[in-house]
Amino acid sequence: MLNQLTISELTAKLARREVSSREVMQSCLDRIASVDGKIHAFISHDAADALQQADAADQLLAQGGGANRPLLGVPVAVKDVLAVKNQPLNCGSKILGRFVSPYDATVVEKLKAAGAIVFGRLNMDEFAMGSSTENSAFGVTRNPWDTTRIPGGSSGGSAAAVAVDEVIAALGSDTGGSIRQPAALCGCVGLKPTYGRVSRCGLVAFASSLDQIGPFTKDVRDAATMLGVIAGHDSRDSTSVPQPVPDYAAALTGSSPDGPTIKGLKLGLPKEYMIGGLDPEVKAAVDAAVKQLQSLGVEIVEISLPHTDYAAATYYIIAPAEASANLARFDGIRYGARVDGADPIELYCRTRGIGFGAEVKRRIILGTYVLSSGYYDAYYLRAQKVRTLIRNDFLKAFETVDAIVTPTSPTAAFKIGEKSDDPLQMYLCDVFTLACNLAGICGISLPCGFTKSPKLPIGLQLLGKPFGEETLLKAAYAYERATNWHQERPPL
Amino acid sequence: MASAEIDIKYVAHLARLQITPDEEKKLGAQLGNILGYIEKLNELDVSHVEPTAHAVPMVNVTRPDEIRPSLPHDDALRNAPAQANGLFIVPKIVE
Repeated sequence: MLNQLTISELTAKLARREVSSREVMQSCLDRIASVDGKIHAFISHDAADALQQADAADQLLAQGGGANRPLLGVPVAVKDVLAVKNQPLNCGSKILGRFVSPYDATVVEKLKAAGAIVFGRLNMDEFAMGSSTENSAFGVTRNPWDTTRIPGGSSGGSAAAVAVDEVIAALGSDTGGSIRQPAALCGCVGLKPTYGRVSRCGLVAFASSLDQIGPFTKDVRDAATMLGVIAGHDSRDSTSVPQPVPDYAAALTGSSPDGPTIKGLKLGLPKEYMIGGLDPEVKAAVDAAVKQLQSLGVEIVEISLPHTDYAAATYYIIAPAEASANLARFDGIRYGARVDGADPIELYCRTRGIGFGAEVKRRIILGTYVLSSGYYDAYYLRAQKVRTLIRNDFLKAFETVDAIVTPTSPTAAFKIGEKSDDPLQMYLCDVFTLACNLAGICGISLPCGFTKSPKLPIGLQLLGKPFGEETLLKAAYAYERATNWHQERPPL
Repeated sequence: MASAEIDIKYVAHLARLQITPDEEKKLGAQLGNILGYIEKLNELDVSHVEPTAHAVPMVNVTRPDEIRPSLPHDDALRNAPAQANGLFIVPKIVE
């Protein structure tokens, strides 16, 4: 089945003209038609437009246009938080009404320039706020391994679509784990680049100092290829960093045909991540992965990240504070839905009261509160200071280790509805992923095993130095080559 | 930090967010719970710590003050809920 191929397998077949891009696209569309009713990864997709893009890719392929287009003819779907010109953009919310993007996000421009077929709007927690994709105005996304369970979030649609082979690869966004956690829970690879590595222009902002865009893929090599396409400085995002983009895919191959050696690489195992709430099966899988890495020549060093326990509290001040400011723009004046009022204030209040869902309201109120007069120093400023301590923990650890290895999520996928009435419990799903965003470093999640019954994927997280994506990808690739977890497919 | 008692109605008004009495009650309990958890930051002495606003501190990113191509007027207005003569229509602001 063509929809099951990886980017590297597919581009090789396309280059040899063994298959056409139209056949691949059709294969993905057929898969969507047969399984998306059960998992609801997509909010919408335009099949005719996707096939038209595939035909254009086939024409270029016939002319030998594959050079410098590493994704020519490859279907890639995007989370509903990224602008794609002339396509709807809703952020999983009602408040954007019938918004149609007037321009392409920089990452979408880059995907198109690389030859990708950019199609579909992948479901997500409203405005990327959530860990389960239950907070979408367009309905819940389900985990393809067990449709009574959540796929993780907020990029649950992206993770589920890739895991179930509806698409070859996808983009999501990660503010506190929204790429890595759903990738872990659905059994695919998810990469959150270093803050500033990828332009955020055309990504609807949630928390501007934490947001990064990154890929969901079926294996590590594809993650390297996707990162190579989307990374780089952009004058339209003043926080993107003018640092050259290495050839990530080439770094994996190295000079040896067996891939690069990771012998001598030092990985830190933070003792603070072995917490009480860690599921025994997750712990066993991560322990086994650590042993596997050791057998590949990696040196494991126990490290300490002493402020780990404060990351969730810090995050749930900073992220809502930034969100409350960013979401002020949804006021019913310039775009999206409007609910009329007698004066502008009433119009704003009604529009926002009806347009936003419960979790978004909760975070706007929390964020407004911690920034309000009299509370700013006690909450927001204090959180920013603790953020410094958390970042310093990592920078200090990276003086002795090349990367850090942890579980991605303390448990495998939980049941739909299990945590929806307890926001604090939901927030604590992300205890292992939040600190990475606060510190601005990079992280990747890759499959490292399954729970027994029911069979649910478990993710291994590697955290790297600022702009240390090459090291992460090399270590992840070496592990992946030594295991078969990434080849397992959900029963759907 | 103050005790975890938020005047939800007041904060919702600051945020220009209409909420129902039911939402007010539910949010009050939930946010009290969350703020109770956040109190743990008080355990740390941060008196000599500088705040981090951005993990990658890029400062004063500027460009030449020159006119560059930007979104066409019509495209910028296309998603407006109400527009006329190239302008957004809003309720009366000044009597």
